[in-house]
Amino acid sequence: MNQPGMKITGAQALIKSLEMEGVEVVFGLPGGCILPAYDPLLDSTIRHILVRHEQGAGHMAEGYAHVSGRPGVALVTSGPAATNMVTPLMDAYMDSIPMVCITGQVPTTAIGTDAFQECDTVGITRSCTKHNELVMTAQDLPMAVRQAFHIATTGRPGPTLIDVPKDVLTNMMEWYWPTDDEVAASLPGYRPNTKGHPRMIKEAAKLILESERPILYAGGGILKARAAEALRELAELTDIHVVTTLMARGAFPDSHPLCLGMPGMHGNATAITAMQKSDLLINLGARFDDRITGKVSGFAPEAKVIHVDIDPAEQGKVRRPDVPIVGDAKYCIEEIIKAIKDLLAAGSVQADTGAWKSRISGWREQFPLSYEPSEPGEALKPQFCLEQLRDNAPAGTILVSGVGQHQMWSSQYWHFEEPYTWVNSGGLGTMGFSVPAAIGAKVAHPDKTVWAIDGDGCFQMTAQELVTAAVERIPVKIAILNNSYLGMVRQWQEMFYDERYSEVYLSPDVPNFVMWAEAMGCVGIRVDSPEEVQPAIEKANSINDRPVVIDFRVDAREKVFPMVPAGFSNDDVLLPAAQEERRSALR
Amino acid sequence: MSTPHHTQSNVTNHHILSVLVQNRPGVLARVAGLFARRDFNIFSLAVAPAEEDGFSRITIVVDVESTPLEQITKQLFKLIEVVKISELDPRRSVERELLLATVRATPEQRGQVVELANIFEGKILAVGVEAITVSLDGHPDKLDDFEELLSGYGIVELQRTGRVALPKLDREARLRAVSNKQGKAG
Ligand SMILES: Cc1ncc(C[n+]2csc(CCOP(=O)(O)OP(=O)(O)O)c2C)c(N)n1
Ligand SMILES: [Mg+2]
Repeated sequence: MNQPGMKITGAQALIKSLEMEGVEVVFGLPGGCILPAYDPLLDSTIRHILVRHEQGAGHMAEGYAHVSGRPGVALVTSGPAATNMVTPLMDAYMDSIPMVCITGQVPTTAIGTDAFQECDTVGITRSCTKHNELVMTAQDLPMAVRQAFHIATTGRPGPTLIDVPKDVLTNMMEWYWPTDDEVAASLPGYRPNTKGHPRMIKEAAKLILESERPILYAGGGILKARAAEALRELAELTDIHVVTTLMARGAFPDSHPLCLGMPGMHGNATAITAMQKSDLLINLGARFDDRITGKVSGFAPEAKVIHVDIDPAEQGKVRRPDVPIVGDAKYCIEEIIKAIKDLLAAGSVQADTGAWKSRISGWREQFPLSYEPSEPGEALKPQFCLEQLRDNAPAGTILVSGVGQHQMWSSQYWHFEEPYTWVNSGGLGTMGFSVPAAIGAKVAHPDKTVWAIDGDGCFQMTAQELVTAAVERIPVKIAILNNSYLGMVRQWQEMFYDERYSEVYLSPDVPNFVMWAEAMGCVGIRVDSPEEVQPAIEKANSINDRPVVIDFRVDAREKVFPMVPAGFSNDDVLLPAAQEERRSALR
Repeated sequence: MSTPHHTQSNVTNHHILSVLVQNRPGVLARVAGLFARRDFNIFSLAVAPAEEDGFSRITIVVDVESTPLEQITKQLFKLIEVVKISELDPRRSVERELLLATVRATPEQRGQVVELANIFEGKILAVGVEAITVSLDGHPDKLDDFEELLSGYGIVELQRTGRVALPKLDREARLRAVSNKQGKAG
């Protein structure tokens, strides 16, 4: 409709720009300053999902982006709405999620006067966005939108924010749509490097063939770069085991014989130890997070490091790489594969990794993930609920989680077979993430089953978004692993504060989760005993016209193991009680 | 942000970064915010428009005692408005700074202060009954010396600009474009 040169309002230009970017859905909630933008939205092809709290809009946008790879979009007003976006913006920043947030702002003439609902949105969000911009004239809007999407989705992805004063929305502008070249020219300081250095890639190939104890350390960058296929090819070509970090679950199939699962603070003993004893860590899109390394000075002391990361600042930030490769993970892995094949064709022979492989399989046999199943009549075990949810889940189910013990059990006990089937808040650890993120994921993939595993604490932070889900007919499923506690904190108090429990007990009866679910337009089911688990899950799986909440009453005393306590070396991983006696085998 | 009492002793920990940025609102806040958030130390900082329209040059003297310079430049380079970062080698660059100081000087001491300023090729900007205001521009080390000598009289107020620097114009002049080598951060 809108031809170049046509006069339209800033608000029309904003919505038109979102359409031009291919946006199909925005998550938001209107208010004074953003009001003008909501009018042309009525005539737009874009679906708007009206949230109950702006934080929900942000996490929905994240969930949408996690599973689709497309940027999630949130649209909110100024002041308190903008500050409500801070948590999801930071969450997206920490986990490199592409997301574009549009905030209303007071009119340009009122900026700086402490006007009603004015806040320094750009100032407040400067350190929790990859980039942000206050747009001061309507004419700049299309370019600002293009820049925001470009920056959010290229290089190391992340959240961007555009702050739009009300008069910028009402003023007239002459429509235009900037070309790629114009966008690039407007950002002379932004040139992400995607092609890894050929010499470094050769060097990496050489090290990989020489290593006797190599480990592929796969991070969230694999998923961002859509490099799961390439990773699999590299693993199979070299027969090297893969660990998948919390952000990379699903990047390599758990059922693959080379998959060791999750390393880190609550990783499994084999993944932790394999990294620890390795002589070559091939880091592909991970960032040596402290939850992975444990005490950095004691981390993988004998390992050389190849580090593939699109963000040059990650190279050497925590661990100095022997071979730094700045570039897109997919491109770099494919190049490494070629270089390895070239070396093999030229007569190089891969070092013998046989002894290493048998050590690994020894650990796997002796140190599987395990918990003590409950005796009849005893409290339900959270891990048992997860196993049942997993075994009854349709293929392709997307699992979303909150933050706490239930998150770690989810990552441990689920079997992730495909990329983009796991959504969680890794870097920021945001309680309240799962309900809205699940909604966003379901909006992106209406045909897939989306299960959120939540804690009773987390659920109470953002549960009201189930109203959004019910009204908008987004049938997500929520499993609350209700232990009546801020369980993860309770675990730390039990283990490191002499069982002095301080402010971690939540009431077991208030709220009544079933009634609450029903009140929000969902189906609520309560489960107390192991026999009820399977029928409840079957019932939940059969409901597809509204959200379902299952309140699993689980054992409050259950702890997450293994565990590398904060500040400890990975060598000192605490094992489940039944495995401690054979810990000397972890050598 | 100049800390005048840090003198030559820890100059070895100081590196001069010349940072070319797009001159956009908030760019200085981004740079300053980055240093604060990542616990990097700024020793001094000076900003002004650069030769090309729409760009500014920020000269930052950083203290690399706690953080390797490489991490500082890489993080800086991730700012979208940062176009280029050059590390200036002090031996191959010209550095200048301006100092203004009001010094206590009785009528009897006045001559001594004026003489001191003359020796350093400084200027007398204002003279009062009990005080005198002087200025000096030059290499920051020279300013350090001047400041130390002035402090003997009692400094009432002092302001230094923080250093600015450009590469030397000799054939050897080398600009090390530190981060460009690895490409621009994503
Ligand atoms: C917003 C926020 N506040 C506080 C925390 C600290 N924290 C981490 S886990 C946790 C307990 C979560 O309790 P619950 O949701 O019941 O999960 P559980 O650990 O019991 O499975 C807390 C309080 C956090 N991660 N996020
Ligand atoms: Mg709990």
